[in-house]
Amino acid sequence: MFELFTPGRTGRSFLASTPNRWDWALLPIVLAVLAAVAYGAMQMARPFTLGQPTPISLAPGYLPYYLLRTILRMFTALGCALLFTFVFAAIAARYRAAEKFMIPLLDVLQSVPILGFQAIAIAPFIALFPGNLLGVECAAIFAIFTSQAWNMAFSLYQSMKTIPPELGEAARVFRLSPWQRFWRLELPYAMPALLWNMMMSMSGGWFFLVAAEAISVANQDIKLPGIGAYIAVAIEQKNGHAIAYAIGAMFAGILLYDQLFFRPLLAWADKFRFEESQGDSAQQSWLLDWGRRSVWMRALTDRFWAAATRALGWFALPPDVDTAAAPARTRLNVDPRLWDLLFGVIALAGIWRFVLFIHSQVGWGEALHVVGLGLITLVRVMLLIGLASLVWVPIAVWIGLRPRYAQKVQALAQFLAAFPVNLMFPLVVYVLVHAHLSPNIWLSPLMVFGTQWYILFNVVAGASTLPNELRLAADNLGLTGWLKWKRVYLPAVFPSFVTGAITASGGSWNAAIVAEYVTWGKTSLVAAGLGSYIKQMTDAGDFHRIALGIGVMCVFVMLLNRFFWRKLYLLAEDRSR
Amino acid sequence: MDKNKLANPLVELRGVSKAFRSPDGTPRTVLEGVDFSLAEGEIVALLGKSGSGKSTLLRIIAGLTQADAGAAHYRGRPIRGPVSGIAMVFQSFALFPWLTVQQNVELGLEAQGVAPDARRERADAMLELIGLAGFGGALPRELSGGMRQRVGIARALVTNPDVLLMDEAFSALDVLTGETLRNDILDLWDDSRIPTKGILIVSHNIEEAVMMSDRIIILSSDPGRIRHEIRIPLPRPRDVDSAAVRALIDEVYGLMTARPAPAPAPGAGEPAVARVDYRLPDTGVHRIEAVLDLLAAPPFDGRADLPQLSEDAELPDEELFPTYEALGLLGLAHVERGDITLTVLGKRYAEAEHVLRQAMFGQQLLEHVPLVARIRQQLEDEPNGTLPEEPFLELLEDSMDTEEAKRMLEVAIEWGRYGEVFEYDYHTGRLKLPEPEEL
Repeated sequence: MFELFTPGRTGRSFLASTPNRWDWALLPIVLAVLAAVAYGAMQMARPFTLGQPTPISLAPGYLPYYLLRTILRMFTALGCALLFTFVFAAIAARYRAAEKFMIPLLDVLQSVPILGFQAIAIAPFIALFPGNLLGVECAAIFAIFTSQAWNMAFSLYQSMKTIPPELGEAARVFRLSPWQRFWRLELPYAMPALLWNMMMSMSGGWFFLVAAEAISVANQDIKLPGIGAYIAVAIEQKNGHAIAYAIGAMFAGILLYDQLFFRPLLAWADKFRFEESQGDSAQQSWLLDWGRRSVWMRALTDRFWAAATRALGWFALPPDVDTAAAPARTRLNVDPRLWDLLFGVIALAGIWRFVLFIHSQVGWGEALHVVGLGLITLVRVMLLIGLASLVWVPIAVWIGLRPRYAQKVQALAQFLAAFPVNLMFPLVVYVLVHAHLSPNIWLSPLMVFGTQWYILFNVVAGASTLPNELRLAADNLGLTGWLKWKRVYLPAVFPSFVTGAITASGGSWNAAIVAEYVTWGKTSLVAAGLGSYIKQMTDAGDFHRIALGIGVMCVFVMLLNRFFWRKLYLLAEDRSR
Repeated sequence: MDKNKLANPLVELRGVSKAFRSPDGTPRTVLEGVDFSLAEGEIVALLGKSGSGKSTLLRIIAGLTQADAGAAHYRGRPIRGPVSGIAMVFQSFALFPWLTVQQNVELGLEAQGVAPDARRERADAMLELIGLAGFGGALPRELSGGMRQRVGIARALVTNPDVLLMDEAFSALDVLTGETLRNDILDLWDDSRIPTKGILIVSHNIEEAVMMSDRIIILSSDPGRIRHEIRIPLPRPRDVDSAAVRALIDEVYGLMTARPAPAPAPGAGEPAVARVDYRLPDTGVHRIEAVLDLLAAPPFDGRADLPQLSEDAELPDEELFPTYEALGLLGLAHVERGDITLTVLGKRYAEAEHVLRQAMFGQQLLEHVPLVARIRQQLEDEPNGTLPEEPFLELLEDSMDTEEAKRMLEVAIEWGRYGEVFEYDYHTGRLKLPEPEEL
């Protein structure tokens, strides 16, 4: 399967070939997936009027159906995110002026919590499909999209900017058009990193699934059939069994798309790894192996790639007789400072608007209060990242040095990162209420519950790339105990730790919205902080205060990134040279 | 050589200049007033030290970069971007690792919109010609370096280019592989089995240039100008051991190591380098000492033919030239017409013990390298004997771009540390006087 653009076998008709046993093995899988997708898609467009109750049943029998709907939603969002990624990166990497404002924009978008997007998007989407559930469906997909798209776009953009210069020159010398260049050079080069980010994005999608499917914006209470809504209902009805079922269903879902989608894709994308030598971390996929042995599949993919190769011919450069005769490229010769000025003016206008908004709509006292809440959340985030690091770095180093466990732990960590924190609510409420613990302190661990795994994950990866000779040298010199950690292990994993901690920090701010406001049936535990503020205002439908809360959170996240994490990142980069 | 073909050049450059703007805005001229033409039926080699702009010249012809001044023409038409009559072979092969050999070779044809069947036929024929028949389905990572470069050459030739540009195409290969590949290309060329009408080679390997080309052009550095042009009327294939070839190699060595005007004539008493911003050659202390030791030991006994020395050192010329320059600068040796000779001081240095060597090195630095002397002087003027590196970087940036300034300061710091003229802390970026030694 997927022999990329192999011209040799294109003419073969797949009806003329006799099926082999791999064909028969694949057939049920393919049919099942097709039928499921068709059924789920049909259910999406149902009549619906605002205010109509959307019943969710907690019977475990419904779970496969809910799982199907959820996964369909997530993949639709992933598809949209991919499309967005292509367009965004292609523009940002090609045009200087666009780049100047698109990359900071991405920074801002990344720091806006998912609830913020939902609050803005729900009304227009419902208006788009009046009397149909499709509008709400779109709003949910959009919300999931916003938790997936940004890191993918950034990854592709970065890969496109770091293409080895000689490969870029080769593409130009052989006169590949921008279209051909994208598909032949830029996308393949970016593929491994992009796939990696797609998997992270899927985990991110799960994490905020409850918020995306159980829409409770502006006094609306719409629940779309899906695992997220199921969890929300289970929490409302204090149904612990249902929570357990949901965890099981989620696990099954992740396993399914991992085996049927990401694993084959990863194994296939192995050839895009740029290192010239074959590493030992080659991915295996049974599905890909089946597909490669199946006659029908081969014939089908051959046809597909033949068609794709023809599509490469679109937008070819004109023959060079024209280019040589044509006048030199007439670039729009705008002074780059003019762009800077323009963006400066827009930024100033934005700030002015914000000041005006605070002054007239919410008042400075409220704004100050929200900044105070932001500081509380900041302290929580930093303390907990620190604590999580203390716990996980030694463990991760220990695991990373043992390659046998490393890969298994990475798969596990990926599952744990997908785990929606809402699933922990029953346990947390039980413990806090019975032990009379203060929510202000004891709800905090929930913030890093889903994000600490990024630290584990990255440090394991960092430790497993520690050159064996360094370890041997350390042993040879008789380094032991703390000295060995201080001089060998910790410096070696520092860069990957910083990468993990940055991801964890960004995620924790978002998670604050879920983690600082915990409900179980009628019991609500609230920790003072920016997250609970946004959550409460969202429930109340106070758009001005939602905007204020989200704005303040954006500012906090961006300042933290710029003045703390980026500095740390540069330091790590400098040290590891 | 058919002289009247010169009237009809394939590629012609007139008065081409090019400057790159460094990040801090200071322009750095890499090419200045270059006139060059490539005639039909000609192989031309461009030689020059690193920084002489030879790769930039090649890229201007390839249409990858535009000249700031002057004109570049291909068959009488101005070059404004890559044209399909000019193909290029890259030093690092620049193969697309996710495409098979066949797909890599077809790439240029695909871009031209050649139909799949015709594409396959032409690629197959080219793979067979270049000795890669049967490897069409392989991925580049499965091939050895020599075979990868064969793919690179096939990819360039399959588009039937008039002009083939080779950017250090053999320098990433081991000597034997490079030689075989070179001879294969020459065979194809001399038997007219490829449609290519002119080849331009950028190289730093003098022997390679002499063995392959009809004409050698030597560029000077900073900025790159054409300094010499040597015609090689010898028929191919050439015998590397023949007297005529050896003489030519010696001649080119002599021309390459001859110092440009601003530098002093070595050996003529004082190497009076006056300027702080004299470009220090990019070479390390241990390389300098290794070459000095090699030169002092038999069979050279203090005097060597440069090609011979290069062979014995098993290092490419490009890496050795800066070392020769450093030896000359420090008054330890001098280079003349393809020969290098140790000075009296150089001989004493070679016989000295480690500690004495470092002391001598420091002494020579203070005398002959104004940048080091300046740093030392200013450190001594400081009450606490320490200074940040930035003022020196800024001083250098007056006359060169940031990157070059950084490189030069790095060289000066390495030399200065070795000669115990000053010390440097990497983390704080501060220079300081060495601790006074307790005796």
